[in-house]
Amino acid sequence: MPIPSPLHSRTAALCHTHEWRDWSGYLAAGTYQTSHEVEYFAVRNAAGLLDASPLYKYELRGPDAGRLVNRLLTRDVSKCKIGQMLYSPWCDEDGYVIDDGTLGRLGKDHYRLTAADPSLRWLQDVGYGLDVDLRDVSTELAALALQGPNSRAVLQEIFPNLPLNSLRYYWLLQTEFEGSPLTITRTGYTGDLGYELWLPAELAPKLWDRLMETGSRYGLHPLGLAALDMLRIEAGLILIEVDYTSSLHAHIPAQKSTPYEIGLGWAVTEGKADFIGQRALRAHKQPVKQLVGLKVSWPEMEREFSKVGLPPQVAGRSSRIPVPVYAKGRHVGQATSLVFSPILKTYIALATVDSAYAQPGTTLDVEITVEYVRSQAGAQVIKPPFYNPPQKKGVADG
Amino acid sequence: MAKRYDAIIIGGGHNGLTTAAYLARAGLSVLLLEQRSLLGGATVSEEIYPGFKYSVFSYVVSLLRPEIIRDLQLPKHGLTILPLESTITPLPDGRYIYRGPDSHETFRNISKFSPRDAEAYREYGQAMYQMAKAVKYILGIRPPDPTSFHPRELLALLKLGQHFLGLGEENIYTLVKLMTMSSADFLEEWFETDPLIATLSASGIIGTFLGPRSPGSAYVLLHHYMGEIDGVFRAWGFQKGGTGGVAEALASSARSLGAEVRTDAPVAAVLNRNGRATGVVLQSGEEIEAGLVVSSLDPKLTFLKLVDPEQLPGDLVTAVRNFDTYGSSGKVNLALDGVPDLSCLPGNGPHLRGAISISPSVDYIERAYDDAKYGRFSRRPYIDIILPSMIDPGMAPPGKHVMSCFVQYAPYDLAEGTWDDQREAFGDAVVDTLSEYIPNLKQLILHRQVLSPWDIERTIGMTGGNIFQGELSLSQLLFLRPAPGYAQYRTPIQGYYQCGSATHPGGGISGAPGQLAAFEILKDLRK
Amino acid sequence: MSRSIDVIVIGGGHNGLSAAAWLAKTGRRVLLLEARPNLGGAAATEEVFPGFHFNTGAPDAGLFHPGLAGELGLHKYGLEFIKNDVAAFAPLADGRGLTLWRDAERSAMEIAAFSADDARAFLPFYQRTQRFAAVLGKMAALQPFALRANSLRVLAGWGRLALSLRGLGGRDMMEFLRVLPMSAAHYLNEHFEAEALKGLLAYPSTIGLMQGPRASGTAFMMLYQQMGQANGAYRSSLLPRGGVGRLSAALAAAAQAHGAELRTNTPVASILCEDGRAVGVRLGDGEEIRAKSVLSSADPRRTFLGLVGGPQLTPRFSRRLRSLKLRGSTASVHLALRGLPDFPAAAGDANRLKGAIVISPSLDYAEQAYDDAKHGRSAERPVLEARIPSLLDPGLAPSGQHTLSILVRYTPYKLAQGDWESEGERLGDLAVNTLAEHAPNLKSLVSNRHIITPLDYERIYGLTEGSEMHGQMGLDQLLLMRPTPGFIGYRSPIEGLYVCGAGGHPGGGLTGLPGWLAARQAAREMR
Repeated sequence: MPIPSPLHSRTAALCHTHEWRDWSGYLAAGTYQTSHEVEYFAVRNAAGLLDASPLYKYELRGPDAGRLVNRLLTRDVSKCKIGQMLYSPWCDEDGYVIDDGTLGRLGKDHYRLTAADPSLRWLQDVGYGLDVDLRDVSTELAALALQGPNSRAVLQEIFPNLPLNSLRYYWLLQTEFEGSPLTITRTGYTGDLGYELWLPAELAPKLWDRLMETGSRYGLHPLGLAALDMLRIEAGLILIEVDYTSSLHAHIPAQKSTPYEIGLGWAVTEGKADFIGQRALRAHKQPVKQLVGLKVSWPEMEREFSKVGLPPQVAGRSSRIPVPVYAKGRHVGQATSLVFSPILKTYIALATVDSAYAQPGTTLDVEITVEYVRSQAGAQVIKPPFYNPPQKKGVADG
Repeated sequence: MAKRYDAIIIGGGHNGLTTAAYLARAGLSVLLLEQRSLLGGATVSEEIYPGFKYSVFSYVVSLLRPEIIRDLQLPKHGLTILPLESTITPLPDGRYIYRGPDSHETFRNISKFSPRDAEAYREYGQAMYQMAKAVKYILGIRPPDPTSFHPRELLALLKLGQHFLGLGEENIYTLVKLMTMSSADFLEEWFETDPLIATLSASGIIGTFLGPRSPGSAYVLLHHYMGEIDGVFRAWGFQKGGTGGVAEALASSARSLGAEVRTDAPVAAVLNRNGRATGVVLQSGEEIEAGLVVSSLDPKLTFLKLVDPEQLPGDLVTAVRNFDTYGSSGKVNLALDGVPDLSCLPGNGPHLRGAISISPSVDYIERAYDDAKYGRFSRRPYIDIILPSMIDPGMAPPGKHVMSCFVQYAPYDLAEGTWDDQREAFGDAVVDTLSEYIPNLKQLILHRQVLSPWDIERTIGMTGGNIFQGELSLSQLLFLRPAPGYAQYRTPIQGYYQCGSATHPGGGISGAPGQLAAFEILKDLRK
Repeated sequence: MSRSIDVIVIGGGHNGLSAAAWLAKTGRRVLLLEARPNLGGAAATEEVFPGFHFNTGAPDAGLFHPGLAGELGLHKYGLEFIKNDVAAFAPLADGRGLTLWRDAERSAMEIAAFSADDARAFLPFYQRTQRFAAVLGKMAALQPFALRANSLRVLAGWGRLALSLRGLGGRDMMEFLRVLPMSAAHYLNEHFEAEALKGLLAYPSTIGLMQGPRASGTAFMMLYQQMGQANGAYRSSLLPRGGVGRLSAALAAAAQAHGAELRTNTPVASILCEDGRAVGVRLGDGEEIRAKSVLSSADPRRTFLGLVGGPQLTPRFSRRLRSLKLRGSTASVHLALRGLPDFPAAAGDANRLKGAIVISPSLDYAEQAYDDAKHGRSAERPVLEARIPSLLDPGLAPSGQHTLSILVRYTPYKLAQGDWESEGERLGDLAVNTLAEHAPNLKSLVSNRHIITPLDYERIYGLTEGSEMHGQMGLDQLLLMRPTPGFIGYRSPIEGLYVCGAGGHPGGGLTGLPGWLAARQAAREMR
């Protein structure tokens, strides 16, 4: 049975649907209100607040902390300045992705890493022989994600003295809340302007209350996982165990992926110091499959559904049931995350397809089910993200 | 006057029944002979104490091959396997490790001891899943003869080699480790929490005369991971109504396929003429003719008692004499007046619907083994407990419970005294040990049944009381089980076959030896 | 600095020296670095007390591969083995003694005094073990196969071995496969009844293993110890004139004659790696020396976790190194004696004392000694193997006086309580007292005593955890699992770095094979 997160007293009071999901063993609200679209649009137009505490978090300190994370991640951590963050996957010895997450550099020899899966054992083994104090802070540290175009205004009102206007995308600020350290990172999983707030679990409800109270004047809504999933697909952000399988949990070799195969080739830095999987990745550079975005042709959807006298039936929520993707009748991959984008008014998907079909502009066919019968609709390959507003990376002043 | 059968099966355990059913299914006229009045061998349930049903010997089902369940339509004949989903290890200091069906809860529970181990546990499960996949193939083949130059055997060897190499590098290493290491050593490569290692390693000693630090015990661990229920590997289950229900389902299936099943019919000898089996003679003197005879008994009975060893090649007789059937396990069955209370987790709860493992440390089990090595039963034994009535209320009167305790070690040969005078002392040691973890146990006990290896041998005939009909050691596996050159279910006497747990792939309620033997017999008959 | 070096060999034990000598002979420029002031490592004869020369590590050199000795022409450099009729002598508590001779028939006559059946069984047993040991000998001299990237040459070698295995004939081949994974106790129990004989024969089966004779896989070790010539069913235990150290001296002389440079007092601080490739070493004084390849005869854990460093290794490899089972369990006690001790059980025949004097009177005795160690204690009743090499080679001690070296088992490296700093002297007393039970005048003859604990073997001789085998030789650490899974031949995951010590195939014992085979592998890849 999932257990309450540090924010459960607050989320439970708001979760009118009683729709709970299991996120890493914690109760996480699927939707708070009858319509998840309210939450979705809150993030796209105003602001949303997500309890992200179930993320796994690790703190690394010590003279070799930088060496450890640089050995772990495929990106070059030596370039990461104090106060900066980066997103990166990490791989096993054979170059297959184990997990992905964000790394923040809090001090000269002080880093914080987030992960989707428990990663202490891997971190310990990567750091074997290094002088690093490695701590699992998953339960002691809560995380709140404040996302959406109004998020800066909400936060600024609570912390009037913080230079939020100049906090750049993937940078962080360290401050205090109620006398305890609070880290504000300009990161998120929605593809919009947004911040993640990291603080001791016991203080999290208090900060939640402040945010909700202040946010009520800015259109802030609590954000559940149903809307989050739609937002992240639009943003082209992949999800472990949905869009790829961790190499530690793959049943067969074919289920494993290199970073090049899940759209993270950009995060493998050439010429950086030795990292786990580097040698193998040199040989894997030409991926056999690749992660792409698919825009499904609406006219074709209409055509297929009109054959049975229906308008296109598309679930309002995202779907994580993989469907096959074809090229001229030949199976060339699968779409793993699908959603009808309310803002783009398009049926979109993240898909993994054979490299030969991964060029943007390529036309493929996605399996759809029309009144119990399998059919296909054309889809165009694009390079994610589908939605990328200027405020995501933009800085208000400077 | 007397009817002549196509086949006579000696022994009504689950393997004998499986062979009988498969042969009957192929159209043979089959007679199965069981010495007891009860079918099942070690797979029986008995109401020893009024109102309480004991799964007297075998107490869990996981290894039963799904193919057999389907082929013989066992659910139609009453097979109902209820899931056993958890294991709790109570510790002397009042802590416990509870591992249940919720992986996150298990993760949190193990984390209290070691976050590293909690993570490793999932990866370990993954590795074992790979291993169960790897051995599934081996469970379904007749072991090839590596000394033969016959193209069939060379091909079978080649296929086995290909299967092995096809597993991938890391899986091969893991498999080699499982074949050669001690279960404690193997697990210590994954975990650091001693009680977790102890509890997992206990699967490596069940039924064997090995300790968790004895090389070879990792293989037994693997053997217990071969279980598969509904396509899920490593799943454990419990037969509704008790383990005997499995035998009843097999018998019912066999009968519906036309087999005759006779109980109270102990066989004295297998008759043979000119090197060919012709039937059996019962202890009553009755002779029954048959085209072929299949023994599901252990090899010492099959080769040294049912036939005259003088007729057999000297090599085989030596091998059978050397075949290790040393028993090391006992069983204590209790009828309880109420719900036992674990001091670490009082009250009723899901933890009582799974296994309770008295295995607080590797050293604890090793000390239990040290006792046994020199001919004493363990004063503080390893105990694997289940409460069948928690899962199936029909096993005991309302509100009351049956408790099945599998105990190690109980060595077949005692250095001092005999099992006849030590039996109750052994039972006391078990109850005393249990009482340290279950304080209210003694007040609840209405009835106690204690079974030593001698009792197993006397009641159901397994020589030495070894629950696998022979140690699962590398030198007694595959083409060496039960004897080099006789591992393909045949014997030097034409028309005389073996189908018991002492043949490949070994013990546990799998039915696999019985099924593979039937296939070999049918091959010989070109059916 | 003026001339570039092809190969650096780390460690001047017999394997390092074998590798250096062979590589130098084939024209490579070789530099060998030894941390200690003297060469030889655990194959050394040291003048511990003035005039008294002790074999401080290995007690003999009977397993040294004759092919390598011949290729290097070691006899030219002073290697000469002393003929010896005695394999082992076991004085017993009841005053009797049992001697095993090189001549098996003579041994059988001795055994007859204990059991006529055993005497009859001994010759066939001896002959069979000789055949099996010969196959193992062939296997030991082969380049180990890997799961990938085997060269045709390696495959052909193993193909030939498979043929010679089949050449044993079907019956023997099966028996070979059956026996290898067995325990020595089980195997011996199948053949013999006299505990004195079984205890004695079992001694070599646990050399270098933290296991008792009941552990499966010890039958393999028993055969492995008989790979060399003149073993008398006990173990190949020939002694070079001048002590075991003469072997190392001859190897060193051969290496130098071919131009190798051997530097003593030169500890290596680290192995230099660039981009995953070994390019040289850094010495304790900071000097860096570069070479095309590096061969390390240090044990694998020291080589990789110590000299290469954890941060250069992948998690998978470093996990494997950490779970490498080293587990030294032997200490030694070296006595300077004023005269020859009197063993009444030898009945005045000093010849019987020329081999190994073994205190291992029964399988249970040895097992109980192991039980102590298993629980972290030094054995209360230790198993001993004593040698008086000065009987064969009077030059090792002043005239009329003797050297007595005792290997003491089981002495676990990791003690549950106390430490080896304080336990050493107690161990010395225990060893002397135990032996003195069979040689009453022993204590009065002792003029000096030198104790080497497992901790000393680690600190002084560089054997991590005191493991003389660089990784115990259980079935899980042999062949493709040696030194850890993932090696191809002797090639480590660090390019250009080879393991050439006992950690590599075939393993421990003074065979010279790991050094020779690793040198050949390195040479092929250097071209």
